[in-house]
Amino acid sequence: MGVIECRDLTRKFGRTDALDSVNLSIESGRIVGLLGPNGAGKTTMIKIANGLLKPTSGILTIAGNKPGKETKAVTAYLPDREFLPGYMKVKEIVNMYSDFFGDFRRDKAEDMLAELGIDPGKRFKNLSKGNREKVQLIMVMSREAEVYFLDEPIAGVDPAARDYILHVIISNYNENAAVVISTHLIEDVENILDEVVFIRNGRIVLHDNADDLRAERGKSIDKIFREDFKWQADL
Amino acid sequence: MDWNFKEGFPIYKQIVDQMSQFIASGAIKPGGRLASVRELALDAGVNPNTMQRALSELERHGLLHSERTSGRFITDDENVLKKLRSDLSMGYIEEFFINLEKLGLTNEEIVWAVTDYAKQIAVKKGE
Repeated sequence: MGVIECRDLTRKFGRTDALDSVNLSIESGRIVGLLGPNGAGKTTMIKIANGLLKPTSGILTIAGNKPGKETKAVTAYLPDREFLPGYMKVKEIVNMYSDFFGDFRRDKAEDMLAELGIDPGKRFKNLSKGNREKVQLIMVMSREAEVYFLDEPIAGVDPAARDYILHVIISNYNENAAVVISTHLIEDVENILDEVVFIRNGRIVLHDNADDLRAERGKSIDKIFREDFKWQADL
Repeated sequence: MDWNFKEGFPIYKQIVDQMSQFIASGAIKPGGRLASVRELALDAGVNPNTMQRALSELERHGLLHSERTSGRFITDDENVLKKLRSDLSMGYIEEFFINLEKLGLTNEEIVWAVTDYAKQIAVKKGE
C-alpha cells in the first residue's frame, strides 16, 4: 500500500466535480508530478490531503491515517500562495517551525537562509517576492517529513530561481519520503520526476513512470502532456 | 560534468550513454571515486532514483563497481575500457552509415568519401 492512498475520492463544489472518484496510490521514495491545467483538481486534492477541505465522498489516507493531527506531523506542505505571516521576523518563523514540527531541522534551514544572505532579523513582508518564496520553500523542505506536498512551487519564478527551487527539493527531501509536486509547467520539472499523474476535470487520466512514458511515446513528458490536453482552453 | 539531455528518450539511458562517454574519453578518471548518487543527481538536474538506475546499469556493464564502505569507483580495467571505446566507436560508425545511406550513398561511396576526407584532413594538417 502506498504512503498516500485515494479511494473513490470525490469533492463537489455545487454541481461541479472538482475531484471525481479518484483512485491513486503513491509510494514512498518517489517524486511524483501531479500535472494538469488550471482547474483540473490538483489543489483540491492537495488541500484534502492537508485537512483544509473535506471530501464529499471517498477517502484519502496518509500513512494509513485520514488527514488530522497524526498526518500533519509527518506531512510538509507548501501551499500555492503566500502563507507565512508578514509581520514575523525570519528568525521568528524559524522558531515557530521548530516549535510546531518535531521533524524540523533548524540547522538545515539556517544554513540555507545564510547561503542566500537572508537577514534573520528582517520581517517576512519586507523581503523581496523571490526571497519570500524561497523562505517558504526552505521552511517546508527543512522538515524530515514522510510526505511533501508542493503546490505550484515554480509558478511565476525566473529560471535562476527555478533552478534553485529544484536544487533545494532534490538536496533536502528525505529519501524515504514521497514528494508530490503539482504544476502545469511540466518542461521545467520533468527531469526530476519519477512518476507522472495527469489529472483532467477531476479525474486521473494517466499514472506512469516518467522514463517508461518517454520510451513508450518517444517524446518528452511536456510534449505528451500538450498532446493529451489539446483543446483545453487554459493551456 | 557537462550533461545534455535530449527530449523523448529515457533519462536514465541518456545518463548511461553520457557517463560511458565521460569514462571512455577520460573526462572522468579510470579508477577514480564517483560522487554520491545525490550529488550526481543534483549535478545532472535529475531525480536521485533515475541516477541510481543509471549507475546500476553501468555497474552491470562493468564500468563501475561498488565497494561497500568506500563508495562507487570507475573501472581501471584496460580490457573493459578498450571494449567500451570500441563499442562506442561502432555506435558512431553505425549512426554515420545510417545517415549517409539516407542520402542515398552506397557503402562503397561512403568508404570512398571517408578516405577522401581523411586525405583532406591530412593535407590541412600538413600545411
